[in-house]
Amino acid sequence: MLEDFFKVVTTRFNSALSDGENKDNPEKKKNSVNIPKGILFKCPRCSSVCESEKLESNRWVCPSCGYHSRITAKQRLSITVDKDSFTEYDCDMQSLNPIDFPGYEKKISDLKEKTGLNEAVITGECTIHGERCIIGIMDSHFMMASMGSVVGEKITRAFEAAAEKHLPLILFTASGGARMQEGTVSLMQMAKTSGAAARLSQAGIPYITVLTDPTTGGVTASFAMLGDIIIAEPKVLVGFAGRRVIEGTIKQRLPDDFQSAEFMLENGFADMIVDRYAMRRTLAHLIRLHRGVQIPSKEVSKDVTG
Amino acid sequence: MSQVDNNEAASIPESDAVQSLLPSDRLNIIRHKGRPTIKDYMPLLFTDFFEMHGDRLYGDDNAIMGGIGRFDGIPVTVIAEVKGRDVYENKECNFAMPHPEGYRKSMRLAHQAEKFHRPVICFIDTPGAFCGVEAEKRGVGEAIARSLYEFMTLKTPVISVVLGEGGSGGALALGVCDKLGMLENSLYSVISPRGFASILWKDASRESEACNIMRITAEDMVSLGIAEAIIPEADGGAHNDFAITAENISEFLSKSLSEKMKIDIDVLLNERYNKFRKIGEYTEM
Repeated sequence: MLEDFFKVVTTRFNSALSDGENKDNPEKKKNSVNIPKGILFKCPRCSSVCESEKLESNRWVCPSCGYHSRITAKQRLSITVDKDSFTEYDCDMQSLNPIDFPGYEKKISDLKEKTGLNEAVITGECTIHGERCIIGIMDSHFMMASMGSVVGEKITRAFEAAAEKHLPLILFTASGGARMQEGTVSLMQMAKTSGAAARLSQAGIPYITVLTDPTTGGVTASFAMLGDIIIAEPKVLVGFAGRRVIEGTIKQRLPDDFQSAEFMLENGFADMIVDRYAMRRTLAHLIRLHRGVQIPSKEVSKDVTG
Repeated sequence: MSQVDNNEAASIPESDAVQSLLPSDRLNIIRHKGRPTIKDYMPLLFTDFFEMHGDRLYGDDNAIMGGIGRFDGIPVTVIAEVKGRDVYENKECNFAMPHPEGYRKSMRLAHQAEKFHRPVICFIDTPGAFCGVEAEKRGVGEAIARSLYEFMTLKTPVISVVLGEGGSGGALALGVCDKLGMLENSLYSVISPRGFASILWKDASRESEACNIMRITAEDMVSLGIAEAIIPEADGGAHNDFAITAENISEFLSKSLSEKMKIDIDVLLNERYNKFRKIGEYTEM
């Protein structure tokens, strides 16, 4: 369903190759052998193949082109937070079916079984290089991490926990957008999370977003774009409207780097692009830089009200 | 004012059936060629209206109009998505699909309203924000996100009305408010019924079917806690009598403003936050 939205990412890179735009990969088209899942990884960007083990030891970054592939929330945790430092929040929260959408419960329960997750985001408290923070990680393997009630609520609670505990908040975003199956209720999660982001901001607590593959739709148009600092992983897809929709509107093919992390940086909507090897220390440094200093002031700062 | 010829509305049921309309019938009503737009309502609702242009950052966007005027004698800021009724008008206002500068103009005017203690009245009528290369380059996602953020903390009452189509984030950007009223036949959805059908069934022509399962009518919005009021339209749809529909909108605005303008601003902001905070259905077992 929503997954189909992103097939285009694969096809555009593959078709770019078959157009001969990338010449250092001569065997691409002949190589149509089915690759058994779990043993080999075929990069959706450059079509090169490597062993899954090798990919994993490279933090799931394609060794030949540097594409930062989609990883599970658990994998993300393992490369981001200090060992054994993570305490999960709201791990039992699960979706209901607010608009009685046919087949929604079944879809959710199948996905729970398949992914071992209850929903498309995990949130909690952790340390990164010893720096305590609240963290949220979206997992595109669960219904393309679309935002329904549970995602909206967990993210909102993460904002509220950060405000209450005076801890910085880091959100790794990935999403196909608002979750269609929850109708207008999912649309409202955009307002809810953005409102929570506004309150955290008024409380003077730093909020960092890390845009990962793919960050689109209603998540881009709400909390993902509201970070004090917006970081993106290299070459990931970031945008609002679906690429096919835009191509349909303008009746021409878009360049491959359209709606990429680099495109966001160039147009002024991201602060920096950081790769997976530098992510942990970048986040820790940024948190430390937000401790601030005492600047003398005559006025005693008043309580911030929301 | 023009009374619109009903011949085009062959598919619209007669007025006595209004209560039992299917959502897809309502979709036909709001797509009626004679359906009034904000430009029709403007002179019926406001006096001394001055339109303001531009976001002071990039340009002006005709898909969102804004300005100041009087409602019941009170100065107010009006922000509205603009639909056209024919192809020329629609070309002018880009079929009510705003670019980022439209949302940034809206935020600019909202901040002025806050500064000069005027309430803000927003009118929603859009299939969604424009999907195009320039919109992406200028950060339409950021513009919508920022609108949600700014309106949530805007220190003046905000009342919104959905006039016809409330499509996705492009509608929500004018929908963070203290009170939301929906015209009887208006729809408010996360994605257009057409988009829904094409994603779900790979068949955009199953639009009416999609419309009927999406729960997007005014009644649905009230039962989901998203809207507070349903504003009656003229019998058979707003196109049959602009004036009566405008009167009903006026009554809603007047009631909502007097209710919300009494409330202490910090209390109001808390209520606004909580109105959205509580939307969502989940279990914690």
